[in-house]
Amino acid sequence: MEIEKFSYDNGIVRNFAYATMLWGIVGFLVGIIIASQLAFPEFFNDHLGIKQLTFGRLRPLHTNAVIFAFVGNAIFMGVYYSLQRLLKARMFSDLLSKINFWGWQLIIVGAALTLPMGYTTSKEYAELEWPFDIAIALIWVVFGVNMIGTMIKRRVSHLYVAIWFYIATFVTVAMLHIFNSFEIPVSFMKSYSWYSGVQDALVQWWYGHNAVAFFLTTPFLGLMYYFVPKAANRPVYSYRLSIIHFWALIFLYIWAGPHHLLYTALPDWAQSLGVVFSVMLIAPSWGGMLNGLLTLRGAWDRVRDDVTLKFMVVALTAYGMSTFEGPMLSLKNVNMLAHYTDWIVAHVHVGGLGWNGFMTFGMLYYLIPRMFRTELKYKGMANFHFWIGTLGIVLYAVPMYVAGWMQGLMWRQFTAEGTLEYGNFLDTVTALQPYYILRVLGGVLFLIGAIAMTWNLIATIRQGSFLKNEETEAAPLAKHKSKKSEYWHKAIERKPMKMLVLSLVVVAIGGIIQIIPTIFVKSNIQPVVDADGNNVIQPYTPLELIGRDIYISEGCNNCHSQMIRPLRFETERYGEYSKAGEYIYDHPFLWGSKRTGPDLAREGGLRSNAWHYQHMLSPKDISPGSLMPAYPWMAEDALDLEHLEGKISAMRTLGVPYPEGYEKQALGDLKTQAKAIAADILGDLKKGGYSEADVEKMHLTEVIAITAYLQRLGTDIKAVSKPAAEEQAATNE
Amino acid sequence: MLKFIKHHMTTIENIEIYPIITLVLFTSIFVIVSIRAARMKKSEITELANTPLED
Repeated sequence: MEIEKFSYDNGIVRNFAYATMLWGIVGFLVGIIIASQLAFPEFFNDHLGIKQLTFGRLRPLHTNAVIFAFVGNAIFMGVYYSLQRLLKARMFSDLLSKINFWGWQLIIVGAALTLPMGYTTSKEYAELEWPFDIAIALIWVVFGVNMIGTMIKRRVSHLYVAIWFYIATFVTVAMLHIFNSFEIPVSFMKSYSWYSGVQDALVQWWYGHNAVAFFLTTPFLGLMYYFVPKAANRPVYSYRLSIIHFWALIFLYIWAGPHHLLYTALPDWAQSLGVVFSVMLIAPSWGGMLNGLLTLRGAWDRVRDDVTLKFMVVALTAYGMSTFEGPMLSLKNVNMLAHYTDWIVAHVHVGGLGWNGFMTFGMLYYLIPRMFRTELKYKGMANFHFWIGTLGIVLYAVPMYVAGWMQGLMWRQFTAEGTLEYGNFLDTVTALQPYYILRVLGGVLFLIGAIAMTWNLIATIRQGSFLKNEETEAAPLAKHKSKKSEYWHKAIERKPMKMLVLSLVVVAIGGIIQIIPTIFVKSNIQPVVDADGNNVIQPYTPLELIGRDIYISEGCNNCHSQMIRPLRFETERYGEYSKAGEYIYDHPFLWGSKRTGPDLAREGGLRSNAWHYQHMLSPKDISPGSLMPAYPWMAEDALDLEHLEGKISAMRTLGVPYPEGYEKQALGDLKTQAKAIAADILGDLKKGGYSEADVEKMHLTEVIAITAYLQRLGTDIKAVSKPAAEEQAATNE
Repeated sequence: MLKFIKHHMTTIENIEIYPIITLVLFTSIFVIVSIRAARMKKSEITELANTPLED
């Protein structure tokens, strides 16, 4: 058979490698900035109180930068390199490769600009607004077409296990992204989630859980199956295990998140089944980890000298730790303590810094010298990176574990008299200060390592000469003659489209079975009703709606939950636990996932308008030791009322019962409510009296709208819950 | 958390079938894949496992 000459495209791999290094440093730096904001709140408030740089706006920038910019580019880098070599074919289209690269970088730049400007949907790891959602979907499809096109023109008959992971990544991320991004645009950079309340939460966390699974895990497992054997120069420990690993992992993972939601609605035997399922995920995860580590059997001496292997061994160890911890955290009794605390932050950073970070560093140390046909310039510096990076992870994770356990235990601590030991939330926050400072130190060490690597690789690049198109040759793919004895799995491996469809079927079964209950659940949410059976939950007033948009835009949900769990230590602290029926008009839901500040679900009516006014402008004067940023500009910035009518009618489209034509009346109602609040605040603050002009000047500012929103939270239910409580008390007597 | 949501799921008709479907699907896929993987020929395994090393 005639041998064909062709070349591998290293140019695209190099571009993604540069982007990975750049965005990695940016993402880590933003992480250190937000960690410092919690460690040194006074300094940031006094000297760096800039609207665009508050914690609530920067935290999504950090998560998006590290997940989609750093890890995202690393995925493309590794896939574009390994796919061509595993298939013995150049990428399907150089043009598509370029569109993939530049499109992705444009989205990242757009995110870096718009997130600090306050354009956000508030849904975690899906914060980017609707134009970006469309752009991400398009670029992701370009990547998929390019990948599948390459598979079709390949010169090997079978798809190696790494490629199955790439296929599963592509189809599942596409499915998750599309389902979670259903939203109704009201203006160029503002949209409301299609789903509301409970349903929105279910879809979001189905997405959130599986974003971890199929963006941070499966592509990296694929890369592990290529780069670890490559760096160790020996085949993977067990190929049989890799087959089982793949199918078991993608099948179990897609279920794991919302599975917890299902099981306690069921009889006891089914609950046990649910726990078993979550714990079962350990098996494929550890199977993969062991398969990677055991690939080094008989080659452990190489780990001492080979910097790539060093990083990958620690990465696999971190993967093993976090995949053990994950199922443990899904146990109810563990979750009760861990939820809303820094324990979760520690957990994700063992995975993020250890598994994703160190795998990426390992790949970069492997790829750059090879593509530039030279040796790594400073071996010692790479060792320095390894040690300072490892130390950074430890110094990050350990203080966060301690902080998480400590705060979680403080929240639930009762005195002998049966009252909360730490009734003031602030006491549980100020206790964490030393750990927050140590965490910054851990982050700085990790960043120093990444800078050392970048320096080292730039020096390596400068001494080498780049091989843009790597010439190679291979025999074309012979037409396959069907053999009866062939195993079905081998036949699938030959057919990329079949593999693609089968992966989609496997993850879609999980997806559909989870999504169907979430659709049914909408009609199954019991409304909160009064004695006559009328729904007491009312839509937000126009001013509250605008205030809610400010709450979203400032990213308040990054630190404040609106979800009181039915646990005694929670109801004691915050009030009656949250009911599903309370959230029916919440597009999007704002439950939050972390309590850096207290829960706000029952905030309405607890304090005066003037308290909120002063607290927003300078929290530390009202609550000494508070970590919350000051928002002095809220007293100056005018409300954005341009799209008010559009917002009201969009909400009506989504099922919020504003009367037909209410949008015309909305502005008038908004002003009336705003004037009343402004007058109330001025009455409290200005003892010497105030004029109508003062009210006029104040009423259309942001602080009035957000006060209106906060004062509304959880108030509807109080109308019915009071008599209920009294009734209960009467029965007890 | 989310206990109160789970409560609302109880009203969905035949909800108890979902985990059973899950278990049956997963177990059957797992068993089939395991049996097939175990029965693959040594030569094929070696050939596939060596793919990354041939370039």
